[in-house]
Amino acid sequence: MATLEIAQRVDARGLSCPMPIVRTAQAIRTMASGDLLEVTATDPGSVKDFAAWARSTGNELVESGAEGGLFRFVLRRK
Amino acid sequence: MDEPLNLVLFSGTDDKLQAAAVLTAGAAALGRPVNVFLQYWALDAFRADRIAGDHGLAPEAGPAGRAAVLALAAAGQAPWAETLRQAKELGSVDIEACSLSMDLLGLEAADLDPLVDGVEGVTAFYLNAGNGQIVFI
Repeated sequence: MATLEIAQRVDARGLSCPMPIVRTAQAIRTMASGDLLEVTATDPGSVKDFAAWARSTGNELVESGAEGGLFRFVLRRK
Repeated sequence: MDEPLNLVLFSGTDDKLQAAAVLTAGAAALGRPVNVFLQYWALDAFRADRIAGDHGLAPEAGPAGRAAVLALAAAGQAPWAETLRQAKELGSVDIEACSLSMDLLGLEAADLDPLVDGVEGVTAFYLNAGNGQIVFI
């Protein structure tokens, strides 16, 4: 898989629900269509929340991963 | 998701207000409009001179619950007023004071924190609620 070019990053580590999604929604609206946003979070609810948020808003969840309590998401702005 | 979410806030304790702020911010992040109607003790917590204070917790919290809430705040959880502020920046969130509760508490619009957009009666609340769900907290 080709390396993804991340246009912007949100560090939501340590933030509790719903702040990771709030920060993500704030960040993505400043970006251009097609650009990629990377989010790192520690909120255990974020895996389901990011999937639901992407489905509902039409932004694409390109990657969703977990490693030792750290969650990482890559979203493409619609 | 276009029908608004309508929250009626009655309780003025910090835990219930925090829960309401989380629901509001989550809906705003999804692009769903939110109407918040402040009644009784919730309205009292939105007084400009009290909003940043300690409003206590619901009775069911108990001492262990209080410790848990304090631990979350110490870990950096935003206070409910800050969560609402961010929700308002993010989406369409309208916070209205119930006019009956304004009378009850002897308040005027100038006594309220700027988070509150205005004062309205229950008829206006229902009209703005449309066919959206109404949640009472």
